[in-house]
Amino acid sequence: MMVFATLTIILVLLLIIASIIYKGLPALSWDMISQTPKGGYYFGKGGGILNAIIGSVYLSFGATFLALIVGLPVALYMNVFLVKHKKTVHALRFILDILWGIPSIVYGALGFIFMIWLGLKTSLLAGIITVTILIIPIMIRSMDEALKFVPRGLFESALSLGSTRSEISFKVFLRQCIPGIITAILLSFGRAIGDAAAVLFTTGYTDNIQGSLSHPAATLPLAIFFQLGSPVPEVKERAYASAMVLIMIILIISIAARIFSQKYYKDKIKF
Amino acid sequence: MEPSGKIKIQNLNLFIGKQQILKNINAEIPENKITVILGPSGCGKTTLLKTLNRLTDLYENIKISGTVEMGNEDILHTKTDITKIRRKMGLVSQRPYPLPMSIYGNIAYGLKISGHTKKQFLDEKVEYYLKVTHLWEEVKDRLKQPASALSVGQQQRLCLARGLAVDPEIILADEPASALDPVSSMAIEELFTELKSWYTIVVVTHILRQAKRIADHVIFMYLGEVIEQGPAGEFFENPKMEKTKAYIKGAFN
Ligand SMILES: Nc1ncnc2c1ncn2[C@@H]1O[C@H](COP(=O)(O)OP(=O)(O)OP(=O)(O)O)[C@@H](O)[C@H]1O
Ligand SMILES: [Mg+2]
Repeated sequence: MMVFATLTIILVLLLIIASIIYKGLPALSWDMISQTPKGGYYFGKGGGILNAIIGSVYLSFGATFLALIVGLPVALYMNVFLVKHKKTVHALRFILDILWGIPSIVYGALGFIFMIWLGLKTSLLAGIITVTILIIPIMIRSMDEALKFVPRGLFESALSLGSTRSEISFKVFLRQCIPGIITAILLSFGRAIGDAAAVLFTTGYTDNIQGSLSHPAATLPLAIFFQLGSPVPEVKERAYASAMVLIMIILIISIAARIFSQKYYKDKIKF
Repeated sequence: MEPSGKIKIQNLNLFIGKQQILKNINAEIPENKITVILGPSGCGKTTLLKTLNRLTDLYENIKISGTVEMGNEDILHTKTDITKIRRKMGLVSQRPYPLPMSIYGNIAYGLKISGHTKKQFLDEKVEYYLKVTHLWEEVKDRLKQPASALSVGQQQRLCLARGLAVDPEIILADEPASALDPVSSMAIEELFTELKSWYTIVVVTHILRQAKRIADHVIFMYLGEVIEQGPAGEFFENPKMEKTKAYIKGAFN
């Protein structure tokens, strides 16, 4: 059973990667990742998607960072400060699960409404804020899933050594759960860099390299979307090459994060 | 001044929800002796022990009345910062819970959070308390390795060492040998016997033979009540209550 499950997962992953490489590799070139779109790019002329790579990296790093800053304290608070309030914690988990389940187009639409109210234009900043809100529930809930398995005995031991709750949060729970927290960050990052619907109305698009937070930004998912919609076959192929780039970014980040979490994985106490 | 290290429990009642777990407990824990809290499973030993350093703060729907005096302070109602009081009591739990850090880090942790940062001071303390718990020879070459790599028996001694490093007056131990093999278990018992000249030690157990081996003073509990308490010799040789006699004969466990 377990072998079967593992094989299925590996097979699906290989299938996705193989089909994207198969369709995208011919179109992938150094120009593609080092240049911005030239005039007529979407009709098959030269250039690349550097604008979207840079825009997506800014957007997803910014949003993941903000969501981490907000999410980590909340997840720790739920598990360290609210231990006596199980009902509150259950209610919070329920609400976060609902927020997690809301389709990203709804977050995009909400972001758009707020932008109109506040008189803001489509911009990198608006995109970062919208995507941050989209991934905060993912960030909190997946960290919470790791933190909630810290045994009560470890909590009690740390209290008995004279720790305050904040010390327990940041010196014990955080350390014990570093691998789980990294997974939570990766999950949020993957969602942030890969989501098209939330950025569609809020971030806009540009063929130029990102200049400032208040300018519209290109993103890889939208670049893929536009290229895929082109009637020109070469441009369609570029969409798959762009998808390859997107997957490469996620892979590089994941591997770097795993290497970082190795050290802490050894420290983690297996109960 | 009242000698410190001695605990006096008066009219202690503890409810979780509607269930009364501890019923009007009155007991004394003498200084620099091993006091064993003895009784069958589920009688409230762990709960009583956790009340002593207010780990019961973590329980939901809990109601406590009565007093637990240590020195001149009622721990249950004091205005003193509870973390300071907890620091005076080292906890050894039923199974070891090392902190997710190195062997060295585990012992240095309590010192660091109470403001000691000098490396030389920490080094000395780590070595000293690892020697006190007879762990030094076994781990001196791998202090920077994760504590999770130690055997359970070693982890238990590490947890004791880490508790002692914050310089407590009292050691609270909840069935400290129950997860250990016989050799490690004897090692822990011997350690307690060595340590009692410096610390007041409270050990929870439901193992009668273990209680006989280490106890100076016994508090015998049954269904949330203290049935009998007194010096170990008297308690085991000459129990007064019928329940105690039956328990010592092994009638129930
Ligand atoms: N958090 C809790 N919520 C509800 N009931 C509890 C809780 N903790 C303990 N109890 C109940 O309190 C009673 C005493 O439990 P306690 O753990 O103190 O017993 P014990 O004497 O230590 O038993 P053992 O020898 O099995 O460890 C038991 O009936 C237990 O079910
Ligand atoms: Mg118990």
